[in-house]
Amino acid sequence: MEKELIQLIDISKAFDGQMVLDELNLNIHENEFVTLLGPSGCGKTTTLRILGGFTSPDKGRVVFDGQDITQLPPNKRQLNTVFQKYALFTHMTIAENIAFGLKIKKKSKSYIDDKIRYALKLVNLDGYENRMPDSLSGGQQQRIAIARAIVNEPKVLLLDEPLGALDLKLRQEMQYELIRMKNELGITFVYVTHDQEEALTMSDTIVVMNQGYIQQIGSPESIYNEPENAFVADFIGDSNIIPATMIEDKLVSILGTHFACVDTGFGTNRPVDVVIRPEDVILVEPSEGTIQGVVSHLIFKGVHYEMEVQACGFEWLVQSTTLFPVGKEVGIRVDPFNIQIMNKPESEDEEAVIIDI
Amino acid sequence: MKTIAKRIYIALIILFLYAPIGILMVLSFNESKTRAKWGGFTFKWYIALFQNEEILRALFNTLLIAFTSSLIATVIGTVACIAMTGMKRRAKSILMGITNIPMLNADIVTGISLMLLYISLGIKFGMGTILLSHITFNIPYVILSVMPRMKQLNVSTYEAALDLGSSPLHAFFRVVFPDLLPGILSGFLMAFTMSLDDFIITHFTKGVGVDTLSTKIYTEIKKGIKPEMYALSSLIFVTVLTLLILINLSPADQKKSEA
Amino acid sequence: MTSKNKWLSAPYIVWSAVFIIVPLGMILYYGLTDTTGAFTLNNITAIASAGHAKALRVSLLLSLASTLVCFLLAYPLAMILAGVRVKRHNFIILVFILPMWMNFLLRTLAWQTLLEKNGVINHALSFLHLPALKIINTPAAIILGMVYNFLPFMVLPLYNALAKIDINVINAAHDLGANNIYTFVRIILPLSIPGIISGVTMVFIPALTTFVISALLGGGKLLLIGDVIEQEFTRTSNWHLGSGLSMVLMIFILINMVLSAVFDKDGEGSML
Repeated sequence: MEKELIQLIDISKAFDGQMVLDELNLNIHENEFVTLLGPSGCGKTTTLRILGGFTSPDKGRVVFDGQDITQLPPNKRQLNTVFQKYALFTHMTIAENIAFGLKIKKKSKSYIDDKIRYALKLVNLDGYENRMPDSLSGGQQQRIAIARAIVNEPKVLLLDEPLGALDLKLRQEMQYELIRMKNELGITFVYVTHDQEEALTMSDTIVVMNQGYIQQIGSPESIYNEPENAFVADFIGDSNIIPATMIEDKLVSILGTHFACVDTGFGTNRPVDVVIRPEDVILVEPSEGTIQGVVSHLIFKGVHYEMEVQACGFEWLVQSTTLFPVGKEVGIRVDPFNIQIMNKPESEDEEAVIIDI
Repeated sequence: MKTIAKRIYIALIILFLYAPIGILMVLSFNESKTRAKWGGFTFKWYIALFQNEEILRALFNTLLIAFTSSLIATVIGTVACIAMTGMKRRAKSILMGITNIPMLNADIVTGISLMLLYISLGIKFGMGTILLSHITFNIPYVILSVMPRMKQLNVSTYEAALDLGSSPLHAFFRVVFPDLLPGILSGFLMAFTMSLDDFIITHFTKGVGVDTLSTKIYTEIKKGIKPEMYALSSLIFVTVLTLLILINLSPADQKKSEA
Repeated sequence: MTSKNKWLSAPYIVWSAVFIIVPLGMILYYGLTDTTGAFTLNNITAIASAGHAKALRVSLLLSLASTLVCFLLAYPLAMILAGVRVKRHNFIILVFILPMWMNFLLRTLAWQTLLEKNGVINHALSFLHLPALKIINTPAAIILGMVYNFLPFMVLPLYNALAKIDINVINAAHDLGANNIYTFVRIILPLSIPGIISGVTMVFIPALTTFVISALLGGGKLLLIGDVIEQEFTRTSNWHLGSGLSMVLMIFILINMVLSAVFDKDGEGSML
């Protein structure tokens, strides 16, 4: 990992007495694509606004490249923001929009013209210089908002749900565009979204947030495969979260049946939760399965079938390319490394655990 | 510091707007008949007010005109808004342009133009001509309050109602109308206020012997305003203020009209 | 909803034809004819006569001054109000509409009491050992009366236009390095132009054409163009001359209407 560029230290923020961020700590590295992911109200946008300087934290410090910038106004920060609904200047042409920051920096006319051309090329909108923002589609406006930000050569680009207003197809296209732009520019992206697929597709690092706390930080793979708690498991992708008992290291009792697993260090006879992804549940003939059940629902999803299987009093969500019709008796098997063990939350509130980095 | 400065500024502007109203209220309790000096506290003008038939007559005329004209203007204006959604862009913008004329035009020009119209049509000046004039300048206020609501309107809810088997008229009153209602109400309120406060247009279109409060006050200015007038306006103002406070305080007012 | 409902527009089309278009035609007719009904331009050129020209000049001067004062007072106010939570929107509008429920003639008259030599304001000033205000029966008092009466018509369109500006657009300007002044000049001011145009129109036109305020606060010493026209209609009964002079006024109104049509296509700066 490259050197640390931004440090958020013990950041707390409340609105109208409502705690939005509680002692949040986060390090962001140079040239990293970091995604803050969580449901609405989890504090991800507030975190971004604190980075951008639009909200000041009640407590804590923001350190940028070794300097404390907590009190620095937005116009003095070396980072730029792409806003949720683009926030283009509707009374200016595209070129004037893009040139806005450069004119403030008193750059020469030829420099600005070069930059505009370069930025429009980067976002695939060459020749749009003299159009007005209103005449552009949502996707195009979004690209202009990105162009307007990146011409200032920020070290960090903050993106606040930039694809939220676009339709699915365009969103997927823009995800690839964003990855390409990031690689071309070689700068840090801090990206806010509630869309887990977006986060998994683009990020180097995902920060899952809920109720003002960071739930888990990790690569998309580790977040998906090894969720640290039920919230993360539930929020990222579909999953079977089943109450279970850890018998001993590498052995767990799920719904009364012993399954081999790979986790250790949970003690003996301890109640835990296990997470099993639907695609990791293997359906076989009843005699070959660890446990047996009956298919109760079946939906064709294109790439696979999605089935629900009643087994041992639990409704298992299963994704498989092989079809098992409704009513058929099946056996269920799970490979040991696909069983993810998590500590049980001790109360409802505990679901929002503080995780130190 | 900054917020204090802002608050002081707002307070000064509000003082500027409401100081004359305060003065009039004080004058309504003034024993002395002239505005120039304070002669002691009295309720007598409030008592005299209810014995002054001329003023009560003018009040009645004012309220009647304000209510009738804003009601008719609300109906015509709302119907026009609905009709305009089905019109071609060009026709619509022409009609909206015409709608803006009474708003942008000088009251004096509107007043004399209507006066000339009534004269050439041979219409007798009186309550009728005042009413027609007030409807005319009230319609734009209604249209301008209802139109934004109309634009926000989700056409699919109307179509959904039709799809579920309701008749167009039923669908309109059950689905579209409730959405428009805040705009319609604020349009009505705005029209009522404008009608009540109007002097210039009434001045040119009223007949001899017919007076609203405005024109009555205008003729009294030369002779000296009767203190009953202060009492009456104070009463009206306090009534409206109380009503508005009650409406704003009532928790049921979640739909809140956009005045 | 559908084109079937086209006939619904009929009542309003008829109404606006009879009560808006035809009456304006009447003014044109009277303005361009003399008492015998013959065509003449004399009613319009009459504006050049010394008395009328002076009245127009004074009216223009006073109304421009009061429009400027209204703008300078209202813009900061509207900016402060636009920063208030959206929930208060209705309340803010009410505060500015509410005074209209007390008759406008009486409210203006009350300023006499406030401004008089021994009036309330001078009492307060002498209490504070400040020099007395001597503006009653001067043009300054007329401007004050105009500002007082028409200020809400400047505040509300400005407030509406400013409240519509997305806070993130302002944030974006800061984000791109603009300080407060630069953001104001390049972003806030241009985006509020529809409100400015609408507010200026709503103040300038009534101020230019008023005929009561000058009589109440100016001591009747200054004759405004509105007073002249009013007298032609109610006292001298020269409707042709009155109409001709009104047509001159309508030129200014027309300029304003064109300006609003150009700058405020979507009615963004409307008062409501």
